[in-house]
Amino acid sequence: MAEQILSVGIDIGTTTTQLVFSRLTLENTASLVSAPHIEIVAKEVIYRSGIHFTPLQTEQEIDAGKTRALIEQEYQTAGITPEQVQTGAVIITGEAARKQNAETVLQVLSGFAGEFVVATAGPTLEGIIAGKGAGAAQESKQRGATIANLDIGGGTTNIAVFRNGDVLDTACLDIGGRLIQLRDNSGTVSYISAKMGKLISSMNLPIAVGQRSTAATFAALSQRMAQVLEEVLGLTPPSAELQMLLTDHDLRRDYKIDFVSFSGGVADCINPLSAGDDYQYGDIGKILGQAIADSKILRQLEILPATETIRATVVGAGSHTTSVSGSTISVSPLALPLQNVPVLKLSPEDETLPIPLWGEAIRKKVQWFNLEGEKQNLALAFKGPNTLSFDDLTTLAQGIISGMAEILCKTCPLIVVIEKDLAKVMGQTLRSLLEFKKDVICIDTVSVENGDYIDIGRELADGNVVPVIVKTLAFNY
Amino acid sequence: MVDMESKIKQLIAAVLNEMGVENLELAGESQAVAVTEPLTDLTTEDLREQLLVPEPENREAYLKFKQATVSRIGIWRTGPRYLTRPQLRFRADHAVAQDAVFKDVSTEFLKEWGLPEIKTRCADKDEFLTRPDLGRELDAENATLLKKSCQEKARVQIYVADGLSSSAVERNAKDTYQALVQGLKGHGVEVGTPFFLRYGRVPAMDAVADILHPEVTVVLIGERPGLATAESMSCYMAHNATTGMPEANRTVLSNIHQGGIPAVEAGAHIADVVKKMLDQKASGLNLKK
Repeated sequence: MAEQILSVGIDIGTTTTQLVFSRLTLENTASLVSAPHIEIVAKEVIYRSGIHFTPLQTEQEIDAGKTRALIEQEYQTAGITPEQVQTGAVIITGEAARKQNAETVLQVLSGFAGEFVVATAGPTLEGIIAGKGAGAAQESKQRGATIANLDIGGGTTNIAVFRNGDVLDTACLDIGGRLIQLRDNSGTVSYISAKMGKLISSMNLPIAVGQRSTAATFAALSQRMAQVLEEVLGLTPPSAELQMLLTDHDLRRDYKIDFVSFSGGVADCINPLSAGDDYQYGDIGKILGQAIADSKILRQLEILPATETIRATVVGAGSHTTSVSGSTISVSPLALPLQNVPVLKLSPEDETLPIPLWGEAIRKKVQWFNLEGEKQNLALAFKGPNTLSFDDLTTLAQGIISGMAEILCKTCPLIVVIEKDLAKVMGQTLRSLLEFKKDVICIDTVSVENGDYIDIGRELADGNVVPVIVKTLAFNY
Repeated sequence: MVDMESKIKQLIAAVLNEMGVENLELAGESQAVAVTEPLTDLTTEDLREQLLVPEPENREAYLKFKQATVSRIGIWRTGPRYLTRPQLRFRADHAVAQDAVFKDVSTEFLKEWGLPEIKTRCADKDEFLTRPDLGRELDAENATLLKKSCQEKARVQIYVADGLSSSAVERNAKDTYQALVQGLKGHGVEVGTPFFLRYGRVPAMDAVADILHPEVTVVLIGERPGLATAESMSCYMAHNATTGMPEANRTVLSNIHQGGIPAVEAGAHIADVVKKMLDQKASGLNLKK
């Protein structure tokens, strides 16, 4: 019964580039007398790459050629060809995402890595993926607790807070181990990021490019960074520097955090037993780790060990980005896979309208979307009524067709994503009303929000399900 | 008298005060108000959202557990017994289940849909419940009526039977039927004349098939109700059904109701299953994925 698919995760970070291959096992968990219910029942990382420095061409550009060669080499070592890879994600994180050619590198790599390997970026998603890879999401579900995972990498600290397995809050700060780089092990500075420069001048510290600073000076700066992390978690009153270092929005701090876990490269340096020279990585990562170890976070909050530290993001990308749709769906197989489809979701108010008025509500929302070009598509999403008679279903399908008229005159397929278990019948009804002349992708048991992008892969498990990757760019409060 | 009464009142007040009861009159008044409010139908409350544990450690997580099951968890207790509310709810749900079994599918329902009515050999509901054997057979009169009402040798013959829940049939059968017919049409498959079989058990489909000889027989039938729902319907399907065929040749989709697979979605799923049966000329355990 079980079917296995191979998933890849690739993380291009500020400091390191990594890859994992994961095996996802799909199984029909429904009884013989029920409609199929196919779930991902197991996720296992089967190959972990080495941890490579991200190849840079200049300070502002990633070396696309070398990065690709590095990934190709890892595929070879693992004995896996891109054709075998059925799903996965390439994620570009931290400062690497701000390089001039980040988007290009991402597209090139996702194209090479496998047919349905999607490209993702964005601080919100990074934090969530790292938190899942670090085991914080799962642990919060098991314990019924609120867990904040701090993924502290070279360029950024991505925080995701999980409660009972669900994402509760996220934030991202310009705090990382590689925002100051050193030329040699005597402490000569070769690079200072813009935000670090501001932090240094606010503290009047003697740190400048080309000059040598003492370990105590770097420790003072690191302690300030650790203090800002205390601030974001609510252990110390917030300062102006917290606002300065946040990349988008702050944590809400209106809930109690039960546990904290650390992932990312710096997490390994928090352990007081971490051996080696302070400057061994050519940056201040180890000193930052020590400063966090001495902070209020470890003294006042209960710490849970993460299941992955430096590999949390890449494991999250490989094992935790793919989910499967509901098992009674209706898709035109030739129209798949689909990537980067923006989601248009009806509001809860729209959904309380009488069914005959939905068409007009959909039409208005579609107008807001700037649908340019023949290939620009969108996925219409809604929760769906609790009960739906066949007559109402037909009315709703007619509403979708009239509301989506702008899409229907194009060559691209009609995509509908429903939360309630209604996709098969909705797909059949749409297809029949469109006289079987239009490709229809209708899937359910998938929860998406406005502003998300969705990727839908080819059918799996005898055509019962499709793999789905939902890319959340903004976290909605 | 008056003096005596006030003394007694004082005495009671003193006793109650010792017991820690205050504002006796106020409490009495608010209770009286509560009684005059219209009683809500207990069975309309969503049990999955009702957590009766007074001080749960983690309410959110508990409610999440409740969303995952129809079992009555988190209903609390008083000493070793149920609280009044869950106790009454049990009895109310049991009553709904009994109604579903003993009620007949109404003639208005059949008239509105336009379904011809055929009957098994059971004379009434009591006989239906006590004689399962008679619920599987048709007498000569009904066999003739069936032959007269329906097209023979249809590719797919769909009919509706009350089985053990008339409520399930009235609630779901028509939506499932319409979605099923639409789905089959999409596959280019025409269906025979639908009808209603009163007092019908599952194996009556074999007797029906012996008379009408369809390629695939499909019956939408009320399931034995439980405390979770009385409106659950099943769909039994068989390729070349005939009396005496192995039970293993029946394919079933159960749990068709609002909280299970929705009626319309079930119809769409059944259409695909029936298409497979027609393609493979098989059903039940012989049907390959």
